[in-house]
Amino acid sequence: MSGHSNWPEWIYVAVVIALMAWVGAEAWEAERLVEHVPADAKTIIVTGQQWFWTFEHEDGTKEIGELHVEVGKAYKFEIVSTDVNHSFNIHDYVVLIDAIPGRVNTVWFAPDKVGEHDIQCREYCGLIHYNMRGTLYVTEPLS
Amino acid sequence: MTLELQKPRPIWQIMFSTHHTDVGLLYLITSLTFLFLGGSLALGIRAELFYPGSQIIADSMTFNRIFTVHGTTLIFLFIIPFASAVGNYYVPIMVRYKDMAYPKLNAIAFWMIPPAGVLIWLGFADFTWYATPPYSIISAPGPAADMWIFGLKILGISSVLGALNFVVTILKCKHPDMSIGQIPLMAWAFLSSSLIIIVAIPTFAAALLMLLTDRLGVSGFFNPAMGGDPIAYAHLFWFTFHPEVYVLVIPAIGMMYEIIPRFSRKPIYSYNSGVFAFVMLSIVGFSSWAHHMYATGMSFTEKTVFMVGTLAAVPASAMHVFNFVATMWNGRIRFATPMMWAVGGIALFFSAGAGGVVNSAMPLDFTTHDTYWVVGHFHLFVMGTIAFGSIGYLYYMFPYVTGRMYNETWGKIHFVLSFIGTILVFFTQHVLGLYGMPRRIYDYPPIPEWIAMNQIATVGAMIIGISMAIFLANMIHSAGKGKPADTDDPFGLGGKYYYPFEAKNPSH
Repeated sequence: MSGHSNWPEWIYVAVVIALMAWVGAEAWEAERLVEHVPADAKTIIVTGQQWFWTFEHEDGTKEIGELHVEVGKAYKFEIVSTDVNHSFNIHDYVVLIDAIPGRVNTVWFAPDKVGEHDIQCREYCGLIHYNMRGTLYVTEPLS
Repeated sequence: MTLELQKPRPIWQIMFSTHHTDVGLLYLITSLTFLFLGGSLALGIRAELFYPGSQIIADSMTFNRIFTVHGTTLIFLFIIPFASAVGNYYVPIMVRYKDMAYPKLNAIAFWMIPPAGVLIWLGFADFTWYATPPYSIISAPGPAADMWIFGLKILGISSVLGALNFVVTILKCKHPDMSIGQIPLMAWAFLSSSLIIIVAIPTFAAALLMLLTDRLGVSGFFNPAMGGDPIAYAHLFWFTFHPEVYVLVIPAIGMMYEIIPRFSRKPIYSYNSGVFAFVMLSIVGFSSWAHHMYATGMSFTEKTVFMVGTLAAVPASAMHVFNFVATMWNGRIRFATPMMWAVGGIALFFSAGAGGVVNSAMPLDFTTHDTYWVVGHFHLFVMGTIAFGSIGYLYYMFPYVTGRMYNETWGKIHFVLSFIGTILVFFTQHVLGLYGMPRRIYDYPPIPEWIAMNQIATVGAMIIGISMAIFLANMIHSAGKGKPADTDDPFGLGGKYYYPFEAKNPSH
């Protein structure tokens, strides 16, 4: 050792550890809230396959490549895949979860504004992965 | 002075040699060849993404093959062999031994790399460097995928053999007068990264075999149609390849530990904290692999555990940055080319680490995961930190290896262009990721922000391309016709005192 004192380094390390603890605690708290699915959420079954998305609503209606939801309601997606891994993503609402064959993954969201948003696949799935896209339409409640 | 290129020898004498500097030279030339091959593929990718629609690559399959081979090449055929090159030259000298512990094994480990590289390049697989099942089992075409699997298998064995050699050389062959607490930090870096390789690689080696038998249809480990689970592969893969990230970055940090104190003309601020941080990184590196898998549907508890494991690596990395800055503080710094690369590398290492904290925080990861943010993030490590440290060290070694001096002005221009280019490409890609552009896509819809940022990134990549052409010309020209180097003090630091290690073995 070169004989100098190391206190600046210890202070620095303590600050870094404190920062990381803060980041971790905030992330933990936010994720805990985000993962809590509201009880009245409507279920939509999302099927990913090379290379399009299929949506099945609770009343049995099916849509391909397009998804219509009503503003102000909560929806729970149950995501499955029939062939390879995909990843269901509505970037504007930070909805992201992988579609893995043999598993059912869930994620929920509650659109708060009328509008159109992109749906895309975010996990590499082959030839037309780049164009495995769809559109989310958030509309006024029909009734 | 043993100077490889100045004392002409027939090429076969170097090729069949088992001497550590000869094997080091073979590693060096092989890794640089693959750097330029893999880098050219990157320019192709960037040119294609300059504008929506097909630009220079005809179809998405070709594009998918290109980015797969780009990643595989630069990680396994540039970064790892380059570290082995530096280790071969310097580790025996640093521990004061005449050669590597097992010279023949050393040569064998090297000679496994070219055939593996040939398999990967002739196959040109398309399933990404992650070879994700079930795509790689049921969808990836023909012999390409199998050639990739065999190529990686060979590279894995080569890494393990090389790592064993480094561990034995450092622990068993170091001079009896030296304690382990006296070997230079770069030797500590090679010890840590080699130990990680030995622990981590076998897992992936097993996963590769399982992948191969799955492809042959005789097993179904990762194939859901046969009762398997693709997530099992993800765990096996990342259990090897998250620690592998540290295998890649630790030697580069070690090289910076050689450059920074020399060119600051000061002893390292704290040797002990450097050693501590290396050892910490190689342990906590094993506690964070599943942070790549938050979006696969992991439970809240699993995600929390791996987030904590990931954040635990930050203080150790930050200690290295502190150590570098504190070493430079009040030093008589000489910004020769190697120093510029090292300091630039540290700045980008810090940026890359800061971006990594964002990824590891669970809710934020769902914004960044599998977008261009991640591409920008890890490229700041592999290009900004590892390639910068490596290239800086290559400039530092150059006079010892060739006996000649590279052109300092062009070396600095190379750095400035690369630094600007790296920032343009990879910082922009972070922002592009926040706008939601997924990675690994051949084409994208004409969203104005996406187009603008892709174009900035492409321009940056071309700047890096130009700087690398300058680099290649400088290296080739200077190796043959450069000014003879003053091997006592090639960088004009003020005496032999500043150069404890030369790429020449006094015991030989």
